[in-house]
Amino acid sequence: MFGFGILSGLIILPLVGAAFILVLRGESEAALRNVRWTALLTTIITFLLSLFAWSLFDTRSADFQLVEQKAWLGSGIIYKLGVDGIAMPFVLLTTFLMPICILASWESITTRVKEYMVAFLVLETLMIGVFCALDLVLFYLFFEAGLIPMFLIIGVWGGKNRIYASFKFFLYTLLGSLLMLLAIMAMYGVAGTTDIVTLLKTNFPSSMQKWLWLAFFASFAVKMPMWPVHTWLPDAHVEAPTAGSVILAGILLKMGGYGFIRFSLPMFPEASQYFAPLVWTLSIIAIIYTSLVALVQEDMKKLIAYSSVAHMGFVTMGLFVMNTQGVQGAVFQMVSHGLVSGALFLCVGVVYDRLHTREISAYGGIVKNMPMYAFVMMLFTMANVGLPGTSGFVGEFLTLAGAFRANSWVAFFATVGVILSAGYALFLYRRVIFGVLDKPAVAAMKDLSAREIVCLAPLLVLTIYYGIHPGPILEACAPAVDLLIKNYQTAIAAAKTAAVALH
Amino acid sequence: MYTAIVFLPLAGFLIAGIFGRQMGPRPAEVITTTFLMISALLSWVAFAQVGLGSAPASASVLANWFTSGTMKIDWALRIDTLTVVMLVVINTVSALVHLYSFGYMHEDPHRQRFFAYLSLFTFAMLMLVTADNLVQMFFGWEGVGLASYLLIGFWYEKPSANAAAIKAFVVNRVGDFGFALGIFMLFALTGSVSLDHIFAAAPGLAQKTVHVFGMDVNAMTIICLLLFMGAMGKSAQFLLHTWLPDAMEGPTPVSALIHAATMVTAGVFMVSRLSPLFETSPDALNIVIIVGATTAFFAATVGLVQNDIKRVIAYSTCSQLGYMFVACGAGAYNLAIFHLFTHAFFKALLFLGAGSVIHAMHHEQDMRRMGGLAKHIPITFWMMTIGTFALTGLPLTSGFYSKDAIIEAAFVAHRPAALYAFVMVVIAAALTSFYSWRLVFMTFFGKERWAEDAHDAHGHDDHTHVAAGDHATTAHGHHKLEPHESPNVMLVPLYVLAVGALFAGLLFKDYFIGDQMAGFWKQSLFFGKDNKVLEEMHHVPAFVALVATYAMLVGLVVAVWFYIFSPDTPRKLAEQHRPLYLFFQNKWYFDELYDLIFVRPAFWLGRLFWKGGDGRIIDGLGPNGISARIDDLAGRVVKLQTGYIYHYAFAMMIGLAAIITWFMLGGVH
Amino acid sequence: MEIGLTHYLIVAAILFTTGVAGIIINHKNIIVILMSVEIILLAVNINMVAFSVYLGDLTGQVFSLLILTVAAAEAAIGLAILVAYFRNRGSIDVDDINTMKG
Repeated sequence: MFGFGILSGLIILPLVGAAFILVLRGESEAALRNVRWTALLTTIITFLLSLFAWSLFDTRSADFQLVEQKAWLGSGIIYKLGVDGIAMPFVLLTTFLMPICILASWESITTRVKEYMVAFLVLETLMIGVFCALDLVLFYLFFEAGLIPMFLIIGVWGGKNRIYASFKFFLYTLLGSLLMLLAIMAMYGVAGTTDIVTLLKTNFPSSMQKWLWLAFFASFAVKMPMWPVHTWLPDAHVEAPTAGSVILAGILLKMGGYGFIRFSLPMFPEASQYFAPLVWTLSIIAIIYTSLVALVQEDMKKLIAYSSVAHMGFVTMGLFVMNTQGVQGAVFQMVSHGLVSGALFLCVGVVYDRLHTREISAYGGIVKNMPMYAFVMMLFTMANVGLPGTSGFVGEFLTLAGAFRANSWVAFFATVGVILSAGYALFLYRRVIFGVLDKPAVAAMKDLSAREIVCLAPLLVLTIYYGIHPGPILEACAPAVDLLIKNYQTAIAAAKTAAVALH
Repeated sequence: MYTAIVFLPLAGFLIAGIFGRQMGPRPAEVITTTFLMISALLSWVAFAQVGLGSAPASASVLANWFTSGTMKIDWALRIDTLTVVMLVVINTVSALVHLYSFGYMHEDPHRQRFFAYLSLFTFAMLMLVTADNLVQMFFGWEGVGLASYLLIGFWYEKPSANAAAIKAFVVNRVGDFGFALGIFMLFALTGSVSLDHIFAAAPGLAQKTVHVFGMDVNAMTIICLLLFMGAMGKSAQFLLHTWLPDAMEGPTPVSALIHAATMVTAGVFMVSRLSPLFETSPDALNIVIIVGATTAFFAATVGLVQNDIKRVIAYSTCSQLGYMFVACGAGAYNLAIFHLFTHAFFKALLFLGAGSVIHAMHHEQDMRRMGGLAKHIPITFWMMTIGTFALTGLPLTSGFYSKDAIIEAAFVAHRPAALYAFVMVVIAAALTSFYSWRLVFMTFFGKERWAEDAHDAHGHDDHTHVAAGDHATTAHGHHKLEPHESPNVMLVPLYVLAVGALFAGLLFKDYFIGDQMAGFWKQSLFFGKDNKVLEEMHHVPAFVALVATYAMLVGLVVAVWFYIFSPDTPRKLAEQHRPLYLFFQNKWYFDELYDLIFVRPAFWLGRLFWKGGDGRIIDGLGPNGISARIDDLAGRVVKLQTGYIYHYAFAMMIGLAAIITWFMLGGVH
Repeated sequence: MEIGLTHYLIVAAILFTTGVAGIIINHKNIIVILMSVEIILLAVNINMVAFSVYLGDLTGQVFSLLILTVAAAEAAIGLAILVAYFRNRGSIDVDDINTMKG
């Protein structure tokens, strides 16, 4: 259509929905209903379209597919989209989570509904753009612009301390990204283009690689977030509205990991190898440190936010051990974490909507009046703990198995995190769900409503499904990951020969 | 058929779990129990075919679980003799426990949940024993952990139950930590996790030295020790045992099924299943035998002085698991499995019997408040006595064959620690006999101590969440405690288990450890070519063969003396050796120790990292620090803004003058 | 003595300095500041006209007319603001007007 491909369609569709919402007038109940339904339908259609894209996608190929290209800014900077087996799961994850987010905001957002929905739809566009972009400048644009709607979502519809949190979020991430922009310019200077496909084949001089790697690392590490630049995340999560948290944990965090796979590893292989011990160390610290911190949290969302940091530690660790299990595990862990942590934030949202507090001590004994909720929460808690049979296990297991092949100490310490995760997750569950139901306000809470079930059920099904049959994701990313590792090893070998030749 | 055996419990779980609330407790109970019964029957058929008969061992792949590079993991059912033995144990005990729970749980409003969990547990356990690769075993391993967690915390309003549930899960995770690392290491070295592959690769690795965790160590030794750590966690071995006694907070049928007969024996199963690995590493086996013997002794000492009827049996379980590991460590895996098999019968019998006592006493578990029950609940009494006979190893009962054989095996084992193990298990045998009879005498003989303080017995009600009032008053009256025999639905399982406890040893000893051993086990257990324990066992000196029986008699005599003829002696003894008594009473202070060195520091560190690390250092020096500095700076700059027009005008003038001067002095050429 | 360009410029400079001094030194009444501003503008006008005559170019005079108009408008607006301000605050002392103080 109009010379644009299906990926452009995915990017434009939410914008169309947003424009339509902007045109709607009035503050009456009926008008608000229209706004909500428009947003929901838009996201659902986008999801269906992404499924269609998935059906066109050939999982056996490692190439970029569904590629489309237009001239854009002069020479070298082009509008180019395309997905490979690593990007595709994330596109699907994004479009899949969006309708759930809209549904989750159905009743809890009552002020400025129109603007809220517009912000979300614009955010969707930008997130899909990040995963589809095949041009570095285009990627950067989407990557950075995504901050704005999220900044607004936290800052306008957030909790009490929202201004602090939103600024912290914005400035932290912006600071990292500016360094990336410098690196992008430097890369343009070397390669004369910002086309990712070309850049992937470009060999950067090894001294330059280190600087470029560090600049990209600054951006992605903040986004991930890795220790010690993680402190924006708990604050942002705590203040963000439920759906904002879901998107933040589910997708925005994955952009960092995706960036590592797409840029750092294949473009700067020597630097990646050089810095891998640094990344391992930070990952391990993140896993153990944040797990311990999670153990003593008194705020449900903060606890889950810290656990997210720990889980992202597994991802970075898996990525930089650079073997099939590690990288595939990391990709899977990201998708799985998107589902599980998203669901956990939804679960917190459910009780928050009823009692308007996230204090763990305000709850207790919920299983009595909310058995269904208790069941759902148990399942996602277990997925968070990484119980085999849930999707959480596969990613953790693969990354750890990969890590052991690279360095046994890394695997050792990361596995300690697995023990701790059981500790904090079950401790949370016990304090919220079990115990005596003696608080009248808590006793008055009703079990999941139909809308909430519709929100959580798909996540629940996928969590189990990917737990016992993770094939679809692993198979989709396998060729791309194999190619990535092959190129990486070739590059390292070439660098070694070059170094030998010099002496 | 095997698929049916494994997945019927899952079906039961799903039906009871999903539709439980709609259809009410009774159908849920009936469905899950029926499924389990079918499963149990089929298991016996499988046992007859594969174990006793000559049906070949098989490993059928159901589906692919995940594949990543060279790591290919399938859902598969591996059926061989070892598996069918486990199938029989698990499904039989599980079916009986399901049935028993009809009676035991009949007052509980959440029965369908209970039965669903039981079936879930059974399913996970079956997945564990049918695993054809280590990862599926790990799936079952963690799955039973989950079910155990859910069931221990079944009475979720009791803080102690919740704490015990978490403790069980987390301590097991510590073991799983080792198990997982063992799997990773095997994968790193052999490139596979499927059992056949690693068994084939194991001899090649036996002499290999690898550099791991900063040390150069023998590959198989470190792998086996890591895997054994998992077994220690699951089987509550010394150092990782602390969760098991606490797990008694769960309903009694759960204790019988999970914490006596099946789940806790998973570690023994694992070591036996991986016998081809362990056989390559005598060093690892030496550790196994030391840990096993220490546990057997340690748990028995603690069991001596416990007053909670269930805790005594729990420590006894712990101790018996130690025996099994001694057998494993000695290289007599078939003995370990045989003891596992017989132990399942008599220990489940003891637990269910204890449950029957507790039921009769309206959920009183403290033996000091029992006594003289023999004439009130005679059937339970006889069942418990049979269980005790079997446990202590009265000749011809099942425990006699398995336990004595283990003691002999320990004697002839070629391990540096064999003598230590032998001494320990003999002492433990005497202690076992003592505390088992102590339990029987305190509960069933002597004064009726419950009569005087029946009233506040309800304070210890382990059903407190069933709104204390309605259950206690309507069902039993609140005034006088009248111990009553349990209903038939609870007694029938006891009969079945009693038959097992009495005759399982006699019936199956030839197959498990006797003449027909080779034909029975086929290839499912592996004995290294230097492993001659089983032969040498038959040539032990006479005193070794008899020592177990003597030990048993000593324990019995002392118990009779202490609790029948001279009831004051134990108290006096306890007073004389107060430190020792307290040491045993407090379980060697392990809980306190762990609390001090693990739990508290973890919370302390967490708080330190949160407030100090995140709050003060990262945020303090990072974003908050920078913004505070900028704030300071801006605060100073702002002072320049006086708000008076003439100040601004003056500044403008100065500025203008400065610029003009600069121009005039030739700043611009 | 011929009155030349220099004299005009000196007068203008004196006027300008007076105006600036009026703004800076005066702490009392804001109307004085307004008047000082007018004086500064006048100084500029004198310069304009003087240079216009000196250079024989009419543009300067046209500009000075424009400045006069703007000055008148500005004075009107300024006074209006002052009146409004006085009604609000009851004072137009320069020392009292420091709302912009940081």
